[in-house]
Amino acid sequence: MATLGQTMKNKPSSGKSVIAWILRIGLAVLIPAIAFFFLYQGFLFLRAGNAPKWVIALVAIIWGVGGVAILYYIFNKLVEMLSPEWTARLQPFVFVGPAIALLLWFLALPAVRTFYISLFGRNGPPALPVTMAFTNPGEYFPALAAQFVGFSNYVAVFTDRLMLGALRNNILFWIGIATPLTVIAGLLVAVLADRSKFERVAKSLIFMPMAISFVGASVIWNFIYEVSPAGRPQIGLLNAIVVGLGGQPHGWTNYTAIAPWNNLFLVIIVVWLQAGYAMVLFSAAIKGIPEEIIEAARVDGATEIQVFFRIMIPYILGTIITVTTTIIIFTLKIFDVVWVMTGGQYGTDVIATQFYRQSFINRNSGFGSAIAIVLLLAVIPVMIYNLRQLKEQEAFR
Amino acid sequence: MKSAPSRTFNSTFLVNGILALIVLLWLIPVVSVFVSSFRDRFDIQTSAWWSVLPHRDWVATRTINPRELGLDTRGPMTVEGVTATFEEMRAGVEQGNTRLIWIGTRPIGKIQVQEKQWVTTTNLNLENYRQVLLGKSVQIKLADGTTQTVRGDDFSGSLLNSLTVTIPSTIIPILIAAFAAYGFAWMNFPGRRFWFILVVALLVVPLQIALVPVLRDFAGLKLNGTFLGIWLAHTGFGLPLATYLLFNYIRGLPRETLEAAFIDGASHFTIFTQLILPLSIPALASFAIFQFLWVWNDYLVSLIILGPDPNVRVVTVTLASIAGSRGEDWHLLTAGAFVSMVVPLLVFFGLQRYFVRGMLAGSVKG
Repeated sequence: MATLGQTMKNKPSSGKSVIAWILRIGLAVLIPAIAFFFLYQGFLFLRAGNAPKWVIALVAIIWGVGGVAILYYIFNKLVEMLSPEWTARLQPFVFVGPAIALLLWFLALPAVRTFYISLFGRNGPPALPVTMAFTNPGEYFPALAAQFVGFSNYVAVFTDRLMLGALRNNILFWIGIATPLTVIAGLLVAVLADRSKFERVAKSLIFMPMAISFVGASVIWNFIYEVSPAGRPQIGLLNAIVVGLGGQPHGWTNYTAIAPWNNLFLVIIVVWLQAGYAMVLFSAAIKGIPEEIIEAARVDGATEIQVFFRIMIPYILGTIITVTTTIIIFTLKIFDVVWVMTGGQYGTDVIATQFYRQSFINRNSGFGSAIAIVLLLAVIPVMIYNLRQLKEQEAFR
Repeated sequence: MKSAPSRTFNSTFLVNGILALIVLLWLIPVVSVFVSSFRDRFDIQTSAWWSVLPHRDWVATRTINPRELGLDTRGPMTVEGVTATFEEMRAGVEQGNTRLIWIGTRPIGKIQVQEKQWVTTTNLNLENYRQVLLGKSVQIKLADGTTQTVRGDDFSGSLLNSLTVTIPSTIIPILIAAFAAYGFAWMNFPGRRFWFILVVALLVVPLQIALVPVLRDFAGLKLNGTFLGIWLAHTGFGLPLATYLLFNYIRGLPRETLEAAFIDGASHFTIFTQLILPLSIPALASFAIFQFLWVWNDYLVSLIILGPDPNVRVVTVTLASIAGSRGEDWHLLTAGAFVSMVVPLLVFFGLQRYFVRGMLAGSVKG
């Protein structure tokens, strides 16, 4: 919370504003804290009883949602009872405080803490109270130093054999192949659908996989890739086709003889899932192209291919960049599909499966945290771009 | 851009043809699982799902007892005008539209006379769904008519857990984000700019970054494996996007409406609840669908915070655990996959309009 001080530029620090700040921070922390306490007590109460499961579920939902709503109401009422001057000072913090507190707890501070943990060995920093740094520094700092490994986890991220494989898969297959394939598939469908009278139905159906979980999609595609021993009837579609054409059946995702290209069978799943997203954005962008431009080109004798490459593509370039960026961010964090399909075996590991394995299976928090920080660094250019865009908006000038 | 008069019949045909082909490719995976989920457990393992479609297959018309004919299995045998050894008979001997095939062992087996006929496998039922939905013990009928008691996969319990996780994880962040979005859009307070920059910066932060520290906090607060814990986590992870989207929307509402309300002496809270919330329903709905689908389909956060405990695990975790431990049980996996998809598909097709709107407004989950 030290950063709070920097933001109060325009006010002379009088006693009043100090009190105001204490109250503001208090509000931001108090609302979530009290909400949390009541919800927690309710949970203990619910767990102690042995009502049927659906009753517990229903009460939990009402309790959770209602509790938060009532809390805002009560705190707002309390602030409004103060003098108008103090109401104006404190009310914004009733509104934005809880959001800021939760953002700090769940995203902003964890980023810093994860970086801190990444500088330590397997078990992370020793579990000592921070206050010990002041009360008993003689013991605290040596204990810290004993676990401290500096940047060696980062060295491991870029030298470990499995991590190198994961980085290769993320860059070559997920960013290099899955992303352009998704964009192309989405663009193709958007352009075709735009000229068809079955536009709505076609778009709906291509879009549908967006509603399916990655776990569900993995099960679906596992069924397509299912392999039976040669000679037995193939119940998986792909192997049935391959055998029908005279080939040998394989369990495609674990077909290590073609490694690393077995990753392509995972890539297909994600293209299937995400093409709908690309399609929706492209479709909207294509509809934004003025009719006259295209008609004029056609009158001048441009072929449909020329219209597509010389007019449509330049016109929707902004959307193409947005969609590509979004899918790159998404594929950087790809986890569920790989984890359910192969568990990261057969050379299909990615950064996020390595993160999960190191953090929660191998219990190597230092290494796991370093992997997470690498993921964060990878999205920083996008973050900077977003902030630049914000600067250009007039909202916060 | 709709078919201009100059466009020929051929190009329309080509466009629709390619489109239909892509749509078909996109649908086959879902259809295969849907059809299979109704098939008998034994059928799924032994024949492909498309055998429910009419196809030509060998069908037994008569059975011949080789012992009645006094055939010697050691040498070539002559049946129905066909001469073949036992090994050939076992593999099946085709002649014209009929096939002779030895069924069973050498001493007691029989010869079947089969003909190619159009058939469909229409043995479809809800047994698989019964087994995945029910908990504890389920009586299932086997192919030979006997019954067997097995442990169900309790997907109905998981569905309830998923609802318990998803509904508050959708509404709570919306509520908190709507208050914050209003605050950022229409209130003045020191630090407003700084905190909003933080919101935007956090938009793309991968949630992996938060899992280890949050899990440590939850361990201290005894929140691991509780619904409250996962509500908080999903709320935290969903807040940047929710706040950003709602801010953009609320900021765009006509300023005069608000000023008129202020002049009438309305407080911020009244304006927010009586005026802004009702006006923001399209934006709220867009985000709600987005967050609902995201939370329902989430696997990583549920796996880490709720874990595999059957009392709290959600559908995705249950499905993944069957896929991991019994990957060959396709009768359970197909039915389970479909059960896990029903709710999001209903939400999706029912409210697709809002979903698309949310996407166009920049719904990108960090």
